[in-house]
Amino acid sequence: MENKKLLLDIQDLSIQYETEGGTVHAVEHLNLTLEHGENLGFVGETGAGKTTTALGIMGLIPNPPGRIAGGKIFFEGEDLLKKNERQMRDIRGGKIAMIFQDPMTSLNPVMTVDKQIAEMVLLHNDLSEQQALERAVEMLEMVGIKKERAHDFPHQFSGGMKQRVVIAIALACNPILLIADEPTTALDVTIQAQVLELMHELRRKINTSLIMITHDLGIVAEMCDKVAIMYAGRVVEYASTEALYNRPAHPYTEGLFNSIPDIDRDEEELKVIQGLLPDPMNLPSGCSFHPRCPYAIDSCSKDMPPMVEIEAGHFVACPVRFEHWKTAADGNGGVKR
Amino acid sequence: MNPNAKTIVEVNNLKKYFHTKKGMLHAVDDVSFTINKGETLGLVGESGCGKSTLGRVMIRLLEATSGEVKFWGNDILKYSSSKMKEMRKRVQIVFQDPYSSLNPRLAVSELIAEPLLVNKVFRSSAERSKKILELMDTVGLARRLVNTYPHELDGGRRQRIGIARSLALSPEFIVLDEPVSALDVCIQAQVLNLLNSLQKQFGYTYVFISHNLSVVKHVSDRIAVMYLGKIVEMSDYQSLFKEPLHPYTQALLSAIPIARVGQKRDRLILEGDVPSPIEPPEGCRFQGRCFYRKDICKEKTPELREIEPGRSVACHFARQLVRTNGR
Repeated sequence: MENKKLLLDIQDLSIQYETEGGTVHAVEHLNLTLEHGENLGFVGETGAGKTTTALGIMGLIPNPPGRIAGGKIFFEGEDLLKKNERQMRDIRGGKIAMIFQDPMTSLNPVMTVDKQIAEMVLLHNDLSEQQALERAVEMLEMVGIKKERAHDFPHQFSGGMKQRVVIAIALACNPILLIADEPTTALDVTIQAQVLELMHELRRKINTSLIMITHDLGIVAEMCDKVAIMYAGRVVEYASTEALYNRPAHPYTEGLFNSIPDIDRDEEELKVIQGLLPDPMNLPSGCSFHPRCPYAIDSCSKDMPPMVEIEAGHFVACPVRFEHWKTAADGNGGVKR
Repeated sequence: MNPNAKTIVEVNNLKKYFHTKKGMLHAVDDVSFTINKGETLGLVGESGCGKSTLGRVMIRLLEATSGEVKFWGNDILKYSSSKMKEMRKRVQIVFQDPYSSLNPRLAVSELIAEPLLVNKVFRSSAERSKKILELMDTVGLARRLVNTYPHELDGGRRQRIGIARSLALSPEFIVLDEPVSALDVCIQAQVLNLLNSLQKQFGYTYVFISHNLSVVKHVSDRIAVMYLGKIVEMSDYQSLFKEPLHPYTQALLSAIPIARVGQKRDRLILEGDVPSPIEPPEGCRFQGRCFYRKDICKEKTPELREIEPGRSVACHFARQLVRTNGR
């Protein structure tokens, strides 16, 4: 089933890596949708499978050892997994662009920044080199870098400025979908504020859809309309930012919020989630969160919990909390945080 | 602040300069402060502000250019190396990166034994093994991990090894240099709780270095904000967050993304980047990015002065710039 209205529709995606120690289940039966013009926050801890999912969309899973074990990724109604390498090369950097985490290593150190942007422009557009370089300068000015600096090399820029260059490259071909993988994690907080402000502004200007991969719930609150929380290769909760932050339903989401020290409140002790992320080579049976879950009941270790819609547009993969929700929802709504 | 508090560490006019090809790098430039027994002093600032250098100079992992670091009234910067070696049992450090700060070829037991062996604390290996297991219990490492190697463990457990090593000699004073920055939020919360309960149990004094303001606020009694080698503001944690006085602190606080929806704050976005700490010009270090700057800021370096008990700020216009955090 494909839906023409959706920009991106990921169905039952599984991605595995074969290693000497066994099969790593990086992404397990993941479902996710994104509408035109939407901003989706993709949240989870290290190893939850966020970046692997993004690489899957981009067709960049290294094979071997990685392989897409099942599922479909519809982009504008067409399955990306059925495309050949040539077609994917046109889509990458054209309709779908990606910003990587580390601006220090994602630029070519021996090439001036205008040439790096022009390289991308030439790859996807039928332009002369001169025109492409003009476009590059235009892009640099758009991200707040003066044109006098166009002939500088990456090492002459600070971290924040390098990330601006990376953003300029990503946006050079007017992508419909932008995937930003922890775009500000390597930056200081005042510089992060500058870059987030820039991304806000650019989105108003060019109306690209955005998938923002991050572990920072603060950034999501600021940037995104919707949030997907990922745990051990699956989306465990998916809702509008408003619903998820005000009425988190999945025990893992709850634990995640409790783990962040609140800047507006004093807490003696943080309420922590016991234990560690499960080994992706050996995921627990049933719900993979059940060994750490304070609400777990017997059936949690047996059945894979399905996603249920607990209020319009708010999905959660936890039948136990769904029951709590139904009981509590008699009044005016939900399990309040 | 507790009036009965005893000063354990007193830092006076401490400087650390590095020679570089381009000139003298002022990493720590004339800072003075005190730390009371049993409290946690948070040290915040962005990369390159000198917070880690300050932490290291304080315990002589780096030699200071000038100044004093008094520990119970004695200047440890003047100690001979043998006297300093004795001293090192009482001052310890936990490093940021649990991936690179542990020798990958030593098992957990050997890693924790190292400080005990170096200082010849126990004669018999039986006593030592007992102490190692006790330390593992203290930091919440399961005893079954005693013969594992760092690469087999996750970041949180590795950081617990780092903490166990620093506790092995029963120190009084511990510098925690970004101890949770490399960890995921859930593991970070576990380690923060551990540090907190250890302090309660053993009365340790901490210097907690971090760039993460929410974490610093959570653990600290007092906080010092650094910018380009200088302390620009120092205060108890509540006042600092409620009513930041220095324009840099104000911008720093307003830049933190808050994990809540529908809370729009008027954000102060600073222009430009942190300038180079090499041969910094006269005047206020922050004036190039400051939104209040006046002529005097270029000419005269503002001193860190106490404007009310327990609150100091280095800004010519401190009292005129009160900005309650718009949240």
